[in-house]
Amino acid sequence: MQSLRRSLQMQDLSINLVAVLDEMPIGVCLVSKERRIALMNRALEAMTGFLRADCKGLPCSHVLRFNHCFDNCPVKRTEGGQRCVLEGDIINQDNQKLPVRMTFAPLRDGTGQISGYIETLEDLRQVRNLLSARISPFSFGRIIGRSPQMEKIFRSLPVIAQSEMPVLITGQIGTGKDHVAEAIHHASSRAGNPFVTYRCGGLPEFLVESELFGVEKGAFAGAGNKPGKFRLAQNGTLYISEISDLTPSLQAKLLNWLDEKIIYPLGGSKSFHADVRIIASTSRDLSQMAKEATFQNELYFRLNAVSLHLPPLKERAEDLRLLMDHFLHARASLLHKKITGFSDPCLRRLLEYDYPGNILELRLIVEYAVSLCLTERIELGDLPAYLTENLTGLDAKSPISPSPQGSDGTSADGGFDWSAIERKMIMDALMKVKGRRSKAAQLLGWGRSTLWRKMRRYGIT
Amino acid sequence: MEKVLIVVDGNDIAPRFDLALEVLIVSLGKGGKPAGKRDVVLARPSVEELCRVVSAENAHTVICGGIEKDHLQYLGWKNVEVIHSVIGSAEVALRRFLKGSLKSGDILLKERKA
Repeated sequence: MQSLRRSLQMQDLSINLVAVLDEMPIGVCLVSKERRIALMNRALEAMTGFLRADCKGLPCSHVLRFNHCFDNCPVKRTEGGQRCVLEGDIINQDNQKLPVRMTFAPLRDGTGQISGYIETLEDLRQVRNLLSARISPFSFGRIIGRSPQMEKIFRSLPVIAQSEMPVLITGQIGTGKDHVAEAIHHASSRAGNPFVTYRCGGLPEFLVESELFGVEKGAFAGAGNKPGKFRLAQNGTLYISEISDLTPSLQAKLLNWLDEKIIYPLGGSKSFHADVRIIASTSRDLSQMAKEATFQNELYFRLNAVSLHLPPLKERAEDLRLLMDHFLHARASLLHKKITGFSDPCLRRLLEYDYPGNILELRLIVEYAVSLCLTERIELGDLPAYLTENLTGLDAKSPISPSPQGSDGTSADGGFDWSAIERKMIMDALMKVKGRRSKAAQLLGWGRSTLWRKMRRYGIT
Repeated sequence: MEKVLIVVDGNDIAPRFDLALEVLIVSLGKGGKPAGKRDVVLARPSVEELCRVVSAENAHTVICGGIEKDHLQYLGWKNVEVIHSVIGSAEVALRRFLKGSLKSGDILLKERKA
């Protein structure tokens, strides 16, 4: 690390290296001879989800998580002095597997000795999406469908993508809002720039504010410098998932940004111009929330100017079979299994089921069945028990059935609200065993510490 | 008996769940203290095999590094709690977990910075 620092100083460049790297649209990092991170640029922060301040000194393989790091370290290959280019994938902090092209090259000091390495990462999602769009009909990016509702959405997506206006995507949980947001970004003129995701909810307001708008050291106890999602998404797209969970003051701050395009980091005196396109999504009825004054009317109107509603799977009967086959073949090929389809009883059961968890639930069911299937066709017995025992998905997950009123797996807006059900299950179990946690854990089929952590998460004391 | 499965690479948490070759299985006894530890080595990196080990061992918690959303959802669906994106030594991670202070995204390698 020291020699890399000296080498960089020896170049005696009267430029701010960090600022230069931050302007680059691809991920760049400098690593020491010991393969530890010395510096990474903002584009790499956006791709990996790690902040450079947290990563300094960490082994690069732990931060980049590039698949080739683990079988044949690319940095070792460049020790002979050659540049090395590899295609593979990384897994980022948002649990996304991103296809990337990485280039590795040695950095030399004044005496010609290797003092470190430079690694660049190009996000290949856009290229891959273009290729898959060419080969698969009935699709846009990673979204599949041939129902009239989806055809209408496919027709509008390229137009929406080319506009610079904010977009609001609505639909129940599991309908594919995240995929649509990503597809819009990749079809837009911002495609070569970062696509940054932020999921609201579950955090105190000051933390959400610091995550979104950035924070300067000392803004509150324990606060360090954080660039914020807006800065990370500079020139690209910021996707805010479940925007309905934003507090009123943060809604006001977002509205203010929509007017001025200026961001004021928490505790900071310097503002900056954020050239970012916003895509927001929610599974709740935002118009109703606006009427009830729990969501700012003006923000709702601004976001809703361009909106897309994704229908629940039960309204996309024409797509069900297409999606089932797609998930089956994708999973079977991943597991190298020769599964050709579904048996008739299995198919009947899958086609008549309601899918409260929408495409997400369908995908998990098919993937589960493919993993279990030992024959050429998926049989009824390969499906999760809750489908074959004529129970709801929620009943099968737990020995305790939630009571019917308000806990049937749907939230107030008809969406699938697993958290609410899980909380209710814990409460039911605790009531049943008169508050004894170990008994409740046993009843729920969990370990005690799992129950304890979930109780803490749901604020059950 | 509650079990914690730590996906490891040598002494550290393996950076990627899908490419890991080794897991450390810790059985917790009375008072949540470790009652036994053993290693399971896979013949080749395989997510399916790893998920099968998690199920077969009836593990309640998995501690790992980077994990793809699909696998995270799958384990969640099986009622397994996953503490992911942890960077650092498996030993330190286990200590923190037993204290109840380990969370997803924790970086525990600070002391080894160059």
